[in-house]
Amino acid sequence: MHWWFPGDGNAYSTLGGKIDDLFYLILVIVSVTFVGTSAALGYALWRGAAIKSDEKVWFSHGSHSLEVIWTIVPSAVLLFIALYQLDVWAEYRMKGFAKEKDGSPKVITVVAEVTARQFEWRIRYPANGKPLKPTPQPDDIYSVNELHVPTGGLVTITLRTDDVQHAFFVPMLRVKQDAVPGKMIPVWFDATMPGNYEMLCAELCGWGHYKMKAMLVAQSADDFEAWKDKASADQFDDGYRKPAE
Amino acid sequence: MSTLNPTLDHADHADHGDHSHGHDHAHKQSFISQYVFSTDHKMIGKQFLITTLFMMMVGGALALAVRWQLARPWERMPIFGDMVFGADGGQISPDAYTMLFTMHATVMIFLVIIPVLAGAFGNFLIPLQIGADDMAFPTLNMLSYWFMWPAIFLFGASFFMYGGGPAAGWTSYPLLSLLREAAPGSGDAQTLWLLGLTFVGVSSMMGSVNYMTTIINMRAPGMTLFRMPLTIWSMFITAILQAFALPVLTAAGFMMVSDRMLGTCFFVPSGIVVNNAAPTVGGGQTLLWQHLFWFYSHPAVYIMLLPAMGMVSDMLACMCRKPVFGYKPMVYSMAAIAGLGFIVWGHHMFISGMNPALGMTFMVSTIMIALPSAIKTFNWIGTIWGGRVQFNSVMLYCIAFVSMFIIGGLSGIFMAAVPVDIYIHDTYFIVAHFHYVIFGATLFGVFGAIQFWFPKMYGRMMNETVGKIHFVLTFIGFNCTFYPMHMLGIAGMPRRYADPYHFPYLEHLLPLNQFMTASAFLMGMAQFLLLGNFFYSMYFGPKCGRNPWGANGLEWTAPSPPGHGNFDVLPVVYHGPYEYGSPVSGDKDFLMQTEYVPLAQRVAAEEHH
Repeated sequence: MHWWFPGDGNAYSTLGGKIDDLFYLILVIVSVTFVGTSAALGYALWRGAAIKSDEKVWFSHGSHSLEVIWTIVPSAVLLFIALYQLDVWAEYRMKGFAKEKDGSPKVITVVAEVTARQFEWRIRYPANGKPLKPTPQPDDIYSVNELHVPTGGLVTITLRTDDVQHAFFVPMLRVKQDAVPGKMIPVWFDATMPGNYEMLCAELCGWGHYKMKAMLVAQSADDFEAWKDKASADQFDDGYRKPAE
Repeated sequence: MSTLNPTLDHADHADHGDHSHGHDHAHKQSFISQYVFSTDHKMIGKQFLITTLFMMMVGGALALAVRWQLARPWERMPIFGDMVFGADGGQISPDAYTMLFTMHATVMIFLVIIPVLAGAFGNFLIPLQIGADDMAFPTLNMLSYWFMWPAIFLFGASFFMYGGGPAAGWTSYPLLSLLREAAPGSGDAQTLWLLGLTFVGVSSMMGSVNYMTTIINMRAPGMTLFRMPLTIWSMFITAILQAFALPVLTAAGFMMVSDRMLGTCFFVPSGIVVNNAAPTVGGGQTLLWQHLFWFYSHPAVYIMLLPAMGMVSDMLACMCRKPVFGYKPMVYSMAAIAGLGFIVWGHHMFISGMNPALGMTFMVSTIMIALPSAIKTFNWIGTIWGGRVQFNSVMLYCIAFVSMFIIGGLSGIFMAAVPVDIYIHDTYFIVAHFHYVIFGATLFGVFGAIQFWFPKMYGRMMNETVGKIHFVLTFIGFNCTFYPMHMLGIAGMPRRYADPYHFPYLEHLLPLNQFMTASAFLMGMAQFLLLGNFFYSMYFGPKCGRNPWGANGLEWTAPSPPGHGNFDVLPVVYHGPYEYGSPVSGDKDFLMQTEYVPLAQRVAAEEHH
């Protein structure tokens, strides 16, 4: 019976770890609140059931000080939750655009362009040593339903869709982003461990929404380069060999 | 009969009082005008109630079909599957699955929850609780009911279009819903769906205008705003929400219809190729639909909740025999929920690709909307605290409302926190959350309200034992169905998947899903008890007097059921609605709003304490 986070329960990205920490933080706050309010509710009901027939009810229209207390305390807790989360969100969606500490613009190396379509993922990589161009290049490498990324550093992909809206979702990395028609959306994440992570669509995209099954393959930087070379060789292989001498 | 001029209105009332017996015979109505095209708010309320109860069974059947597929993927579904999917061997095909959940949500939201609250109870209770003889605009009121039927027919007819029913989810995000080639259900079915939605909107709007006017203009003498029951406050705030939010949805709906039929491009970017069709032209934005849709549909969440909150406050005070704790904070927090409700819609779009800076502001406003909800919960507990709790079925439903609302409210915080939402967005976690709020809270509140106001509707009581059995079965079935959905969500199971077990990391969730489906069937069957109890009691329940619960509201001064024009004596209001257990109430433990207590008696009671 494993009804918790997928796999062994760990997130395989730095940001995923932070998301899990925040999840557990909220879980603790929420559980304490739930137990507290439920206990109060249960106790009030128990007292209300046990009240004697000659006993008078507590004739009260409310209490100003209680209202003040249970306005201020929850708002402090809620504000804490809200503000505490901001930084992780900024890291996920905004800091990639920010400038470096010395003021120079941040250099973003895009690993691949991921294009969702009904009902598969098409992925386009630049050839080794070249940057990804917005338009397809002759030496680009293509794969379907298999996204290879290097481990060890931040990976940026460009997310697009050919047709309707989809969403890029890698549960083990805790990454999700909608692919919106007409938009190119940068998504950055890292994979802390090499391995295969399941990748799926999380936004209703038609009858085959459930079958956009794909795999994110995280490899060490060297393996990634080697894979790209091999994929490129396979892709451009036309079967021609020099005659044996 | 109703009028905006209070003086004439009062004269009219006096007339009723004098001739109350001869009146019925003098104006004997035909069957059609009494039961079908009735302008009497009580009959319209009952029409809404019975219609929504049947629609609840329809929506429930659709949900059970969805659950069947999740428990026994691709297996023949007995009875229902044979009837509907006979051509596929009784098997639910993946496109039929998308139609099922789309229509389950559509039916439950637009034909059950919104009309049962505002339509059924709003109509029935507003004039009775404020002491008016009818709504301000009775004909408009009648139309608001009859505009539901084109919607029902359009939604129903959409299933018979080429390709089947609408299949883009109840949110109908473009381009899936917009381009005909995108899905089998995006043909004419989607157009009918959009038109149906417009009719529901028109119906709600007519109700909303009517409720606002009635509540502002037609209160009985002495019924000041802060003497109104919380039910009326909630209906008033809901009506305001509808009036401001609905036009946006209607406009968005027309924009999409025009995109589909006239070739405009509000939501269509250029160069999109769907299913090898010709590339689209135009410079539209699909995100525009999401903004417009959620600008209505987030306030609509509160339209689906606030009236239940108000009714539960009324019922809790009555069943605990003590005043509502913090009446004014209750009113202010409802107003705060309504106000904040307009600036939180972006939390549905955290990962939609909108400007990420907006995610931050929407997160703060969304988390802060938990505050008025928390205040209301504390006040409900304060209302129960120190009371004489009557553990009848009404009270049980109300306790379930509060308790399920606590769970639903708290689980909302996970989604409101943007980073956590990245992971649980569009998983079963959100499905668990909104079912806890809409079913666990609202529908339990509605079940309680049916049991509580049934005597006023039909002059008979509903069966208490059957009510309790229905409560227990529904409560157990509900929690066993929806609580595990939190676990599914954390395990990363996305919603709207016809076959999640297609993915190895979700395979182990099948047994849990089978347990949930069994619970859902139990819960579904239990609703027949409610229907049976309802219709049996309508004719054979024990008769009751004007005030079977010993409640304070004006509706309980009218006969059960109230005749045309409601009150035989013009009510004059002297107190707020929650003076239960008041020291000045004499030997009974309630003090009706119309009961005048002379000053000397009040002073004596004060000195005594």
